[in-house]
Amino acid sequence: MGDSTMSKETKKKEKTQTIPDLNSVPFFGRQILIALRNRGRINPESIDEYIAHDGYQALAKGLTKLKPTDIVEQIKQSSLRGRGGGGFDTGRKWASAAKATGEPKYVICNADEGDPGAYMDRSIIEADPHSVIEGMALCGRAIGSTVGYVYIRAEYPLARKILGHALEQARAYGLLGENILDSDFSFDIFIKQGAGAFVCGESSALRASIEGNVGEPTPKYDHATEKGLWKKPTVLNNVESFANVPPIILKGAQWFSAMGTEHSKGTKVFSLVGKIVNTGLIEVLMGTTLRDIIFEIGGGIPDGKAFKAVQTGGPSGGCIPESLLDMSVDFEELSKAGSMMGSGGMIVMDEDTCMVNVAKYFIEFCNSESCGKCISCRDGSEAMLEILTRISEGKGKEEDITLLEELSNAIKEASLCGLGTSLPNPVLSTLRYFKEEYQEHIVHKRCPAGVCKALITFTVLEKNCTKCGVCFKNCPYEAITWKKKEIAVINQNQCKKCGICYEVCKFKAIERK
Amino acid sequence: MAALSIKDLTAIAKKTKESMQISAQGPHTKITVHMGTCGIAAGAQKVMDSFKEVLEIVDKKDVILTYSGCAGLCSNEPMVTIERYGEKPIKYINITPKIAREIMKQHVQKGNPLKEYIIAKGYENIV
Ligand SMILES: Cc1cc2nc3c(=O)[nH]c(=O)nc-3n(C[C@H](O)[C@H](O)[C@H](O)COP(=O)(O)O)c2cc1C
Ligand code: FES
Repeated sequence: MGDSTMSKETKKKEKTQTIPDLNSVPFFGRQILIALRNRGRINPESIDEYIAHDGYQALAKGLTKLKPTDIVEQIKQSSLRGRGGGGFDTGRKWASAAKATGEPKYVICNADEGDPGAYMDRSIIEADPHSVIEGMALCGRAIGSTVGYVYIRAEYPLARKILGHALEQARAYGLLGENILDSDFSFDIFIKQGAGAFVCGESSALRASIEGNVGEPTPKYDHATEKGLWKKPTVLNNVESFANVPPIILKGAQWFSAMGTEHSKGTKVFSLVGKIVNTGLIEVLMGTTLRDIIFEIGGGIPDGKAFKAVQTGGPSGGCIPESLLDMSVDFEELSKAGSMMGSGGMIVMDEDTCMVNVAKYFIEFCNSESCGKCISCRDGSEAMLEILTRISEGKGKEEDITLLEELSNAIKEASLCGLGTSLPNPVLSTLRYFKEEYQEHIVHKRCPAGVCKALITFTVLEKNCTKCGVCFKNCPYEAITWKKKEIAVINQNQCKKCGICYEVCKFKAIERK
Repeated sequence: MAALSIKDLTAIAKKTKESMQISAQGPHTKITVHMGTCGIAAGAQKVMDSFKEVLEIVDKKDVILTYSGCAGLCSNEPMVTIERYGEKPIKYINITPKIAREIMKQHVQKGNPLKEYIIAKGYENIV
């Protein structure tokens, strides 16, 4: 037997040789992990394994080698910007809270994550809860706080369980509690369950909810870093923001700020969803292009369809068209394109997506999530929804586009919180890049993507029809006439436009127009 | 448990690294089932159970069976990583309990990776 002469080593090599290296598979190879550094390689319920991967070394350094002001200075110099939406300078926030007077001070971690399609924060907590705990403790040390809260979405039972378990383990090891690591620093963290509304993720609403009040936004007369939770100095940061802190403290601000673009340092985690081959959670350097994210890491659009747009920034974000695929993904560029970074949701849309319908979906979402306090946000979104509905039903008027633009600007101006001021973005960005599609709906009463039911008809293309009768057999509304050896006919007044015939016909003999 | 000192932290790190270490003599293989919410929704618990079942029968001493959070590629969950002593960790995708049993038999026990279910081998870029 030939292979008995092969050495054991060569045999072993052969067996794994043809398996590609992780780095040559774009989904993994193009990613750089900081916030997700421990994903897939530690047991999230074992504090020992976190410790074995440099865990709590940053806190140890922060308690022995650095003064609280040094920690603030490191975060400032790293140029870390908040990963929860606005991209606010984290170091400035910490510095302000550190300087503020008032006891006690609070550290809050925002794990509300209400954006449709986004699950970055859930995944970080589920994979590596101690990275968030350590980041919060370092913040506590830096600003002089002794108590922290994690405000976590009620719909995340596994994340909450894992976080609760991690907090217990940290307490058992004295990594939370009194005199942490033999120092004079005491700090503990408690879980607050979210109230279930999207708006509760907004800073003032979140604080109100923790205080036991209705989770509604309030006008911001004070800086939360000076008068935040219970009117005490407070730092609120996102889960991913905190997860970035331990490596920055351990490896130094320069290590971090060497990565990324001029004004957006480090990496960003995105949840890549929608019409994309590789759905998943990715972390890439700031400045990576949208094209690389969607076509390299994401593997492109499934079923040979064409890319149409990518929505970033959640309900407050915008839709970016194909012409901008080579733009760099960072805070500035995304805003310039009329979208935003947001917390990292990235929804990819293919040619079968109707942009009017997308705008309608997000306005509907914000309309139902508006706290209702301010007229502009509550009634403004209602009015926009009416217009968009009418356009999608073929009843739009020429002046509707101007009306949508005016309403958008008014809502941006007059709303109380970030939900209101950003809710027009999906409309404005689709108007900016896909105006013809609105016009098609309004002027020609057509939905080019074939989505808006009132505007489409299904007909049989006689030249393709093989007279097989599959459409007839599958139509749930008995709207198709067919006999053996005869071409099928769709009776338009009975057709409910469910599209089943279109799906089941293997011969492309059903036209959707 | 008494509160830790910084020295204890280093000791725990060392001890844990050793106990999770695979070696020529000790456990030679580490199986990690990726069990975030997404993985569990795709059936990772059943995959975990089937590894456990097989380990009841074969020699448990040779294998470390553990779990982690999401490995990232949610559309191809459940995912499993197999690391044998002296080889790079290998990532499997779209695993069912049946494939898990096959992995145990072929890859873990005999060292023959099942290429058709493997996406890649090696480590992620952690900076
Ligand atoms: C309507 C609305 C919802 C928000 N939801 C979240 C959320 O789920 N998670 C989050 O971290 N930030 C959310 N934010 C942003 C927060 O108000 C706040 O800016 C952020 O938590 C600060 O943390 P960072 O600086 O680390 O980003 C939301 C803002 C608005 C206006
Ligand atoms: S909910 Fe904040 S402006 Fe409407």
